[in-house]
Amino acid sequence: MEPMDYHVEAVGRSGINLVTRSGGMAILLGRFVLTLKDIPRSLHIIFEQFYAIGVRSLPLIIVISVFVGAVSAWQAAYQFKFIGAPLRLLGSAVGKAVVIELAPVLSALVFAGRVGAGIAAELGTMRVTEQIDALESLGIDPVRYLVLPRMLACIFMVPMLVIFANFIAVMGALAVSIVGVNISSETFLNGYRSSFQISDFLNGMIKAGVFGLLIGLVGCYEGFTTTGGAEGVGRATTVSVVIASVLILIFNFFFAVLLFRI
Amino acid sequence: MPLIQVDNLTKRFGPQTVLDGVTLKIERGESVVIIGQSGTGKSVFLKHLNRLLTPDSGRVLFDDHDLATLNRDQLTAARQRMAMVFQSAALLDSMTVGENVGLGLKEARGMAASEIGSIVEECLELVGLAGTGEKMPSELSGGMRKRVGLARAIANKPEVVLYDEPTTGLDPVTAETINELIVALNERVSATSIAVTHDMNSAFRIGRRIVMLHRGKIVFDGTPQEIQATVDPTVRQFIEGRATGPLTVNP
Repeated sequence: MEPMDYHVEAVGRSGINLVTRSGGMAILLGRFVLTLKDIPRSLHIIFEQFYAIGVRSLPLIIVISVFVGAVSAWQAAYQFKFIGAPLRLLGSAVGKAVVIELAPVLSALVFAGRVGAGIAAELGTMRVTEQIDALESLGIDPVRYLVLPRMLACIFMVPMLVIFANFIAVMGALAVSIVGVNISSETFLNGYRSSFQISDFLNGMIKAGVFGLLIGLVGCYEGFTTTGGAEGVGRATTVSVVIASVLILIFNFFFAVLLFRI
Repeated sequence: MPLIQVDNLTKRFGPQTVLDGVTLKIERGESVVIIGQSGTGKSVFLKHLNRLLTPDSGRVLFDDHDLATLNRDQLTAARQRMAMVFQSAALLDSMTVGENVGLGLKEARGMAASEIGSIVEECLELVGLAGTGEKMPSELSGGMRKRVGLARAIANKPEVVLYDEPTTGLDPVTAETINELIVALNERVSATSIAVTHDMNSAFRIGRRIVMLHRGKIVFDGTPQEIQATVDPTVRQFIEGRATGPLTVNP
């Protein structure tokens, strides 16, 4: 094979792969929507996942939020000093950044690493050890039993975690502003209050919900389509984190354009 | 009308044709064992009978309904009339033994917990594992896991039980225990049973009809007495376990 043929073949294979994956995820999303009618009889497994996926992610979200808030206050103060902006605006700048961008995006990226990878690994292991086949052979729809609870948990728990992240990050920023930047809590909070808009908060929640859907969908799809034993499970786990993270950043750009008009 | 009818079933994975026009009818109450070398398509064939796999061409009829044309609800209903015992047992490792056995009753049939508890205990007792309901699958030996798989299969009182290599990987004593269990359970629940195996001892113990697959085609279909009397060199080599003859080791 000529080197050029090799490159053309590689591009073709990547294209087929992309179309196959996109189609597969669209079909899985459709099947998820169809199983929404089964929510009442699946509440026990849904709440289990809300706990496993949401509540257990809280400590990690708290830790990253403290430092995200802290570093954003420090960096903002540094920039203010550089351009000569008054420090009374620090709360305003940090608050906006946290609510609109930092809390939803960073929480979603961390969630993709913790939960998306976990879903892909768990379902991937179930696929290669025939546990998903066993569910089907018992007359249990694996989309209802496995995908529905995980995707609902991701869709609802990412926004819940972002609410915590917003609060904790602002507290982190406040602490750094008082201790490191030497402004009073009153000055910081007045600045924060003056620029706070409920629409920013709600748009952040919408973004977080969509990011949760993407994380759940990608994790479930990669897990469901795992082949090749332990190596395949490892590959599915890595791929799910990479795809979910890239999709979060791409969707975040389009949300910025659509929701936050200049 | 046969309970299961397979017409001209063909299945390919990439360039490899695994099943090549297989046709087979299985009557209600029959106990059929499908034998053949490793990699000859036995498990692939079995997974077509409850549509875990779909044919590339041909069709599989269950109770006169083409499985490929059933919608999701109809397929679920058909699958609830069957049960499958997997080669690896395929127990859900996040659940206890009892939860595994009662899973189909709870999630597919929506039975109450009190009802499920007594059925689970009864099924575990039938496979000689009474009192193990609270254990996790990781605490069990390979033979015990297979028996839990059997208990899970019969808990739903299926009309058809599909066994995928039920004795593979077990020591001879445990394998014989599993064979005895399969025979006893088939009689007890009056199910149609279809087992795939390359263990001839198991095949003669549990089968009233033996079908041999070779290179994706059926090369023998008869009773245990007929297979023992056959002069077909391929079949003879397989049942006698000889290294030399028309059969070669699959690459």
